[in-house]
Amino acid sequence: MSERLAVNKTYKLFIGGAFPRSESGRSYVVTSSKGDFLANAARASRKDARDAVAAARKAFPGWSRATAYNRGQILYRIAEMLEGRRAQFVAEITAMGGVGVKQAGEMVDAAVDRLVWYAGWSDKIGAVLGSANPVAGPYFNLSSPEPSGVVAVVAPQGPLLGLVSVIAPVIVTGNTCVVVACERAPLPAITLAEVLATSDLPGGVVNILTGSAAEIAPWLAGHMDVNGIDLTGADPELAVTCEELAAENLKRVLRPPAAPVNWLADPGIERMTAFLETKTVWHPIGV
Amino acid sequence: MTTPLAEVASSPSTLRAFLHGLPGVDRVGADARAAMLGTRSIKTTAKKQAIDLAIGMVDLTTLEGADTPGKIRAMCAKAVRPDPADASVPPVAAVCVYPDLVATAVEALAGSGVKVASVATSFPSGRSSLEVKVAETSLAVAAGASEIDMVIDRGAFLAGDYLKVYEEIVATKHACADAHLKVILETGELATYDNVRRASWLAMIAGADFIKTSTGKVSPAATLPVTLVMLEAVRDFMAATGRKVGVKPAGGIRTTKDAIKYLVLVNETAGPDWLHADWFRLGASSLLNDLLMQRQKMATGRYAGPDYFTLD
Amino acid sequence: MFEYAPAPESRDIVDIRPSYGLFINGEWVEPQSEARHKTVNPATEEVLAEVAWAGEADVDRAVQAAAKAFPVWSAMPGAERAKYLFRIARLIQERARELAVLETLDNGKPIRESRDVDLPLVAAHFFYYAGWADKLAYAGFGPDPRPLGVAGQVIPWNFPLLMLAWKIAPALACGNTVVLKPAETTPLTALAFADICRQADLPPGVVNIVTGAGETGAALVNHPGVDKVAFTGSTEVGRLIARSLAGTRKKLTLELGGKAANIVFEDAPLDQAVEGVVNGIFFNQGHVCCAGSRLLVQESIAADLLEALKRRLGTMRLGDPLDKNTDIGAINSAEQLAKIRELSEAGEAEGAERWSPACPIPDRGYWFPPTVFTGVAQSHRIAREEIFGPVLSVLTFRTPAEAVEKANNTPYGLSAGVWTEKGSLMLWTASRLRAGVVWSNTFNRFDPTSPFGGYKESGYGREGGRHGLEGYLAL
Repeated sequence: MSERLAVNKTYKLFIGGAFPRSESGRSYVVTSSKGDFLANAARASRKDARDAVAAARKAFPGWSRATAYNRGQILYRIAEMLEGRRAQFVAEITAMGGVGVKQAGEMVDAAVDRLVWYAGWSDKIGAVLGSANPVAGPYFNLSSPEPSGVVAVVAPQGPLLGLVSVIAPVIVTGNTCVVVACERAPLPAITLAEVLATSDLPGGVVNILTGSAAEIAPWLAGHMDVNGIDLTGADPELAVTCEELAAENLKRVLRPPAAPVNWLADPGIERMTAFLETKTVWHPIGV
Repeated sequence: MTTPLAEVASSPSTLRAFLHGLPGVDRVGADARAAMLGTRSIKTTAKKQAIDLAIGMVDLTTLEGADTPGKIRAMCAKAVRPDPADASVPPVAAVCVYPDLVATAVEALAGSGVKVASVATSFPSGRSSLEVKVAETSLAVAAGASEIDMVIDRGAFLAGDYLKVYEEIVATKHACADAHLKVILETGELATYDNVRRASWLAMIAGADFIKTSTGKVSPAATLPVTLVMLEAVRDFMAATGRKVGVKPAGGIRTTKDAIKYLVLVNETAGPDWLHADWFRLGASSLLNDLLMQRQKMATGRYAGPDYFTLD
Repeated sequence: MFEYAPAPESRDIVDIRPSYGLFINGEWVEPQSEARHKTVNPATEEVLAEVAWAGEADVDRAVQAAAKAFPVWSAMPGAERAKYLFRIARLIQERARELAVLETLDNGKPIRESRDVDLPLVAAHFFYYAGWADKLAYAGFGPDPRPLGVAGQVIPWNFPLLMLAWKIAPALACGNTVVLKPAETTPLTALAFADICRQADLPPGVVNIVTGAGETGAALVNHPGVDKVAFTGSTEVGRLIARSLAGTRKKLTLELGGKAANIVFEDAPLDQAVEGVVNGIFFNQGHVCCAGSRLLVQESIAADLLEALKRRLGTMRLGDPLDKNTDIGAINSAEQLAKIRELSEAGEAEGAERWSPACPIPDRGYWFPPTVFTGVAQSHRIAREEIFGPVLSVLTFRTPAEAVEKANNTPYGLSAGVWTEKGSLMLWTASRLRAGVVWSNTFNRFDPTSPFGGYKESGYGREGGRHGLEGYLAL
């Protein structure tokens, strides 16, 4: 009796809650570190990026106005779903090579824990960053953080932990995003999309594109309906190009880190504050 | 008698709906506007003009339990000739006294052109029956008062019984016959600017010739922002009905600087049409001497001293 | 008729030198650049003084002075830095009248505003940030927040000394040193501030003032020795700066243009709303980035509100900025006047109806009457472009959702106004407006404790409050 033939997954894009192929019809070969064929991944085009931005914009009003409690619940749900697929992620990460089962397991665990950590921030970041301002006059004056809008994210190298670590802080505060996944490790990114799609996360809040960051990111950086861009995963040359393009509509820019990031360390709140605005509301006090 | 907008008083509910339908007043904004107008710098020729205007708008007032015919006669003499040393000083607009002293004032002011105003309607509290209030008004008018300063029933107003307040004003106006009716809102007891606006409209709809801030017996008495709200009310009432109503802040206006601030307020709110004693009065007593001292300072260039002005 | 006699503030109190050098390293120095520029009183076109236009070498000298002062200033105990800032605040209070007159002469704004708004806020800003200098560990930016280094700061001409305060006070409190470039048309109060730094005995190089125009500003923000750039001005220039800083590690905060909507609902407190609309667009001749330049009024009350607004505008007093009763002063420059005229003409050409009160215009100087455009459509240039002058565009709406949609329909997002007596409607509207400052039942209020800054193309970063420290600290 011959061995059963496995049914392989087709890796597609994740846009507006759906899994379309690239409109360009392009794909690229994903290999392990040894050069073994793993899968074909979709090679997103500028038009896919445009569609993803439209989906993110459409999702923004609902997601940004969802209660903080609700957003926290959904992030926690993502962690639950990720935990449930632990074995699959470990398999995908180890298949890429260079990482053993134990280390891959630790990375998946850390990604789950990171989601839980950010989930808890949803209804606390406002209290930490907001303020009641004692102005010199009969006015109630309150500052509170609000999401910037649609954020483009150039995800860092690596399969999962870095990716989760850049998506979670952007969306927990109410932004929606378009993520350009690590070009060499797109498979866990799309599997993560499957997790997101089954976690009560409204379609369009996170959109994931696979392909060439150098090709796609400049279109996102120059897009006039994108409010911010996280260049963590961009190489120096791409980062400069994107930052220059981002100036056109004065996007909030999170530059690439000056030194390599230890994704296992306490992330701090800077990834959240990078894409938060402060709104200050004044109102007179009087009878 | 019909007055503009009288139909809104056809029932308690229509009156209430009308008064509560008036635009709200934001206290902080009204205070800020009044304070800004208070920074106007009125100097030289404008100040001279303002001082004489203010003197001619004074309702020289004494409303004490200790008032006597002698005190009233002395005040009347001052009203006619505020500065014995300077005949160019105009007389004040009116004197304001209790009803039982009206006859004394009328006699003292005969032929002077200075009017006699009498408080009435159980001033200052207004806590009596309508019959008593009407009778008191009639007696004051019969004694020769040409202006009646009535108080509204603040209790009824605060209880939401606007129609009772309205009907008392209508009845008092009727009792006034040809005398002008000034309706005292006692804004210090109404507490909110929304109430000041509603009470202003209520009084105007009921036939008031003037709306007046205060009795002088309650603190706070006249303030710039309260007067601002009342000036907006007479301006808007004029636009809505074509009938012009006057405004009288009273109580707490002691200095020339204060008085000029009120004139600026009138000028830039209701407009220059109101800058006349027929349409704006200042209820005051000690203010007059300060106006006289400032007037003398402008004429002589020297600061004036109180010993040179009479204390009546 | 009650005519207010002229009540001019005396200008004898100010002592303007015929010519100014640059303030570098605690001293007045002659610029290497030979370019000079005359600054004029926009109300009379009278030349007030001649100032240097610093070149690259001058800017380099100033940045080096700031860099040299940085180790000293940043290492100084916060409590000592605080005392310098308190000193500066006191000196400003002591010289408030002189500075107000100087501001009015150089800028054209009414003395009532420079005296009652600008100067009190300038002093308050230094007092506020003085108090932070020794409390930074409690500000929420970690236990030991560090300054960035040399801050290059470029400020506009609409609130010259106030913008200087907004820039210098937090920078110094956090331990940075500063090179500041005031606007080319309004350098005089910044130069007077240099004198205040000397009176305060501030260590040399902590504050450096270089005068000049756009090229001087570009040399400053692009200088490799600058670690932090703070700019207030046009979105156009902000864009250039953001682009030129790409790939550097310089921290950037931008406070740029706006096209704020002032939304008046039918249940608004009408008289105060009229005041708010007036203050929103005619305060400082409309030379305000957060000006309420688009009046969005609910159609059901539009006629009443406009009538009240026009009546109110009839009482505005335009003229000599030094007169204490002046409400509207001079336009700051011939260039700005030309821009206001151009956009106003475009408004007429596009079919909006133009109205101004009868208002005598002085013969000399740069003047523009308070102007209201009605019948404005969202597509008109006067509804989209920042005019930065006393020109109000009036649009109407039918429902709260439409008001918010129209208010947000702009690339800007600096400020907005909401007028209603209904608290829930106010909060609903405020929460949906994409703007950094929302004034409800008030407008154009400022306070050092209150963060100020925009969304979208109105810039990023906040000035004022605890939030204002973030732009000057390494996180």
